[in-house]
Amino acid sequence: MSAAATNYYDRKGLFATLGRDGMLQIILIANTVLMLAPIIIMVFSAFKTTPEIFKSPFGIPDFTQVANFVKIWTETNFLRYLLNSFVVTGASMVLILTLGTMAAYALGRYAFTGSSFILMFFLAGLTLPLKLAIIPLFMLMRDLSILNNQLSLIFVYTAMGLPTTVFIMTGFIRSLPNELEDAARMDGASEARIMWAIMLPLVRPAMVIAGIQNVVPIWNDFFFPLVFIQNDSLKTLPQGLTTFMGEYTTDWGVLFSGLTLSAAPIILIYIVLSKQFIAGMTSGAVK
Amino acid sequence: MPQLRMTGRGLWITALIVPPLAFVALFIVYPIVSAFAYAFFDWQGLRRLDFVGLENFHTVLFVEPYRSWTINAFKNNVIVFFALMVLQNGLGFILAYALWRELPGARFHRIAVFLPVVLSTIIVAYLFKLFYHPLFGVVNITLKGIGLGWLAQPWLGQSGTALGSIIVAQAWHMVGFPTLVFLAGMQRIPGEILDAVRMETESEWVKITKIVWPLVAPSATIVFTLLFVGAFNWFELPYIMGGLDGSPFGSTDVLGLYFYRTAFGNVSAGQQDFGLGSALAVLIFIFIAIVAGVITTRLRAREIQL
Repeated sequence: MSAAATNYYDRKGLFATLGRDGMLQIILIANTVLMLAPIIIMVFSAFKTTPEIFKSPFGIPDFTQVANFVKIWTETNFLRYLLNSFVVTGASMVLILTLGTMAAYALGRYAFTGSSFILMFFLAGLTLPLKLAIIPLFMLMRDLSILNNQLSLIFVYTAMGLPTTVFIMTGFIRSLPNELEDAARMDGASEARIMWAIMLPLVRPAMVIAGIQNVVPIWNDFFFPLVFIQNDSLKTLPQGLTTFMGEYTTDWGVLFSGLTLSAAPIILIYIVLSKQFIAGMTSGAVK
Repeated sequence: MPQLRMTGRGLWITALIVPPLAFVALFIVYPIVSAFAYAFFDWQGLRRLDFVGLENFHTVLFVEPYRSWTINAFKNNVIVFFALMVLQNGLGFILAYALWRELPGARFHRIAVFLPVVLSTIIVAYLFKLFYHPLFGVVNITLKGIGLGWLAQPWLGQSGTALGSIIVAQAWHMVGFPTLVFLAGMQRIPGEILDAVRMETESEWVKITKIVWPLVAPSATIVFTLLFVGAFNWFELPYIMGGLDGSPFGSTDVLGLYFYRTAFGNVSAGQQDFGLGSALAVLIFIFIAIVAGVITTRLRAREIQL
């Protein structure tokens, strides 16, 4: 009796499982189509002339036809914007990781009075929406005479990136074992040498996570350049894109190739490093 | 000798901690504290004039036309928040549940659902603006192609559909984020609990509502709170897709646009008022802080420690 019963339930279970998994699979496939279609249409359209886009928006283009890209390369400031984005993002990341590791190392490795208060001070920055402080920030940048200067962006991004970086890295640095450090101290190594030669090589995984979490929002940011930067030759990519889209409103082929070119760097890096990207960008929300 | 070494270490710690602390103090804490002070003064351009007490707050809340603008923008933010709770977080939960089954292709689906998240909001905004174009946009072309031509309309050009269309673009952009946060929460549910449930019930519904949902409560707390803060800070998508004035007719105006417009002026009006702008910023800030605090404590209370 019991064998028959098991068998019956098994069969029912199998059927239910197939039905349910089939439905879930359909949901996933439908969603993936919806997620990828806009990106595929964008890339396809980048290789079409405007009349071709209007006539057959979904057709597969002739990928050797790169007139749109040539136009962007030769007629617009696109390369300048791209370069500016690299400079601003690169400088911000160097500052964030350097300063963030310094603070996290001090907080995670040494016990001193006020350390928990300082950690709290950093963490307070995690939750505050800095956009709302844009007026005083604007005045501050004016007083520092760095309005219309990329330093204003680099400084704001660095300050915004530090709370998450200190948060992620302090926890990581705290969890490292003491033995290596103690042994080096016995041998008379200086504190700076211990940090540089012994501990820093160990914190690289946390630096990757903290780096990815910050690099994406900084690379993509539009709000702070909008307020701080006026000069066209200083604009970053998202901000430059608004200038560019305004100039070519009727030339859809060029518009789509501009969008494709702007999206390409981050999409390519994401495809290669998707695991690290997902871990990094959700690390603040996943315990 | 030990004394000397301690001072050396004290100096070392100070050298490590002061530069990062200075950045946060100067570019985060100081501006936020100042924003509160700015709101109590009258401003002319970039010049601070007299102390006016609560007058700026009174103006944005009770004096026309500011009053109507404030109410309209706030109302739209509330719509955005609730719509995204369904479209972004609700759908995210379903997708996470589907991904959690580790069906064939799950890895690919996971990469695909997160791909739009890494794109710049500006790219997403322009892309969807082109897609929603009344004549040549793929949305209307698709509708006509599948025999639903009567549904084709100027999505961004009319008050009834503009905000909804922008919300859909936002949901496409960000649905991968709650999906993967929920998925991480589900993957932490211990196998023994799931086995025990399988013995008790066959019903998928019971399993989701009684086991999975309560156990991913920590993930829910975080994505709900982040969505709330994000919805009331919303700026880039409506700025590109609806314009700085929240066209058409203020139907896409939200607090972020309204605040920016008040503080820095817009092309047509050209006036800027730092006093009123700061008052708005302070009000939005306090509102977000209070509600996010309430949401977090309420939701935390129902979290179960595993």
